[in-house]
Amino acid sequence: MTEIDSTGSARPESIKAVPVRHPGRWVSGAVILVLAAMFVHMLFTNKNLDWTTFQKFFFDGGILKGLVATLELTVIAMAIGIVGGIILALMRLSANPLMSSAAWLYIWFFRGTPVLVQLIFWFNIKSLMGDISLGIPFGPTFITWDVNSLVTTFIAAILGLGLNEAAYMSEIVRAGILSVDEGQTEASQALGMRRLQIMRRIVLPQAMRVIIPPTGNETISMLKTTSLASTVAFTELLKAGEDIFNANYKTIPLLIVVSVWYIIVTSILSVGQYYLERHFGRGSARELPPTPLQRLRRNLTTFHAKPPAVQEGSA
Amino acid sequence: MTENAPANDVMVKAEGVHKYFGRLHILRGIDLEVRSGQVMCVIGPSGSGKSTFLRCINHLEKIDAGRLWVDGHLVGYRQRGDKLHEMHEKEVAAQRRDIGMVFQRFNLFPHMTALQNIMEAPVRVKGEPRQVVRERALGLLDQVGLSEKVDSYPSQLSGGQQQRVAIARALAMEPKLMLFDEPTSALDPELVGDVLDVMRRLAEDGMTMVVVTHEMGFAREVGDSLVFMDGGVVVEEGDPREVLTEPQHERTQNFLSKVL
Ligand SMILES: Nc1ncnc2c1ncn2[C@@H]1O[C@H](COP(=O)(O)OP(=O)(O)O)[C@@H](O)[C@H]1O
Ligand SMILES: [Mg+2]
Repeated sequence: MTEIDSTGSARPESIKAVPVRHPGRWVSGAVILVLAAMFVHMLFTNKNLDWTTFQKFFFDGGILKGLVATLELTVIAMAIGIVGGIILALMRLSANPLMSSAAWLYIWFFRGTPVLVQLIFWFNIKSLMGDISLGIPFGPTFITWDVNSLVTTFIAAILGLGLNEAAYMSEIVRAGILSVDEGQTEASQALGMRRLQIMRRIVLPQAMRVIIPPTGNETISMLKTTSLASTVAFTELLKAGEDIFNANYKTIPLLIVVSVWYIIVTSILSVGQYYLERHFGRGSARELPPTPLQRLRRNLTTFHAKPPAVQEGSA
Repeated sequence: MTENAPANDVMVKAEGVHKYFGRLHILRGIDLEVRSGQVMCVIGPSGSGKSTFLRCINHLEKIDAGRLWVDGHLVGYRQRGDKLHEMHEKEVAAQRRDIGMVFQRFNLFPHMTALQNIMEAPVRVKGEPRQVVRERALGLLDQVGLSEKVDSYPSQLSGGQQQRVAIARALAMEPKLMLFDEPTSALDPELVGDVLDVMRRLAEDGMTMVVVTHEMGFAREVGDSLVFMDGGVVVEEGDPREVLTEPQHERTQNFLSKVL
């Protein structure tokens, strides 16, 4: 709003009225404050929480190593999930019935069984496969690998989490692709673009707006699901904590150490998701919403700003 | 069939073109010819198959019977001896490069600026150098009166401006033929004129055009021929001024009495 329009006339005086009172808000606010105070009191007085142990192990070498392993596992499993999800989604949307039913079968299987079961399965793959050999089915083999040396606990964890994630991601990607208007594909075809080109340059970038928010949720969920890998003897964050409290019996403080690390990483991921959504939202809203930093800066400047000139004019 | 191949100066030739959607018989034998440099306007009631015919011309729809040539080449097929072979997706795409199309709902790429919309196909499809394409794109934006909207996203443009960018986008591929499917039907009345002006200048510059439209004024002034379609057939074809003032067929008379 401009304060004075082009003809030079002043803005009309704004309404001055007594605002509605909200006594309920004050009461509920007071209740919450009391509960919060009790909680903080408990945090500092309960002996079992043992904050010195927390401090001692928060930056412990083993914990940090576990944290790095958790991050690696999350990133690699999500990468497999996203790439696999895109491939599965394209297969499902393919005109080739063999392709689409293969993708359907994959999704059906991996969504139908618990991820923990899949993890344990990959960990025990040796007993199923023996050795892996490359060759012609029922014919000669060319190369043979020992599965145990091939499938380490890290690989088992990656396969278990990533292949399962691909099934979920494919549904997200498919929904995103289907959300893009048919006219976009037609316009691209009319310009002489090829199918893959259209997918990569036109459809997927627009599908991203629909794909990113649930993918952010999946990533955050994956970060926490990696803790299941502790059950197959892979040392990630939780297992690192367990190894320590199995030795010193300080279970609760170490679980808090682990939890705080999970919360920190989750928070960072949420911020990343916000900026990613902003990036792929370009062109959709006439003006992008301000980032928290921009909003903070704007609020600060309006806070310090002098009252607008209109007030003087209308007074 | 080769003896029916069109003469050199014929840009579009349709011969007994039929199209079915499932069991619906949508195009029921279309015969038409558009000469190079000419503007053919197509009118007709909603659902008469105008869009479908236009989409057949650049193989967005496959025809079920008949023959369709653009610039002397069969659309979507190759003739070897007396056998037709379906073209590979790659060849179809190559054929479409020379045919520009403008849609009723613009279909600009919303995640790209006006300039990026125009540059996309020449750079990615033809592989032309960015700098060359950029110059041409800026020239085209100027030509459609939008040089100050270079970096605007489609959502920041009015309908009329979006449609002019869409025309510039099609022209950037330097097509031999332009297809327009009711390019002004989605526009507020006061925005129609700007788009028609751009199309009129394009026609004056000698572009071959097939225009499905309800703008009878445009058809009368710019069109070299006017086709009235109804129920999947060409009911009447002729000089726009004659067809519009003295329609020969009753169905044409009925239609015109409703829209004029
Ligand atoms: N993809 C499709 N599948 C089934 N029917 C279609 C399809 N496209 C168009 N039609 C039908 O074909 C007829 C002609 O459509 P169209 O060519 O769009 O007419 P016009 O452009 O003259 O209004 C309509 O009855 C329409 O419902
Ligand atoms: Mg139509």
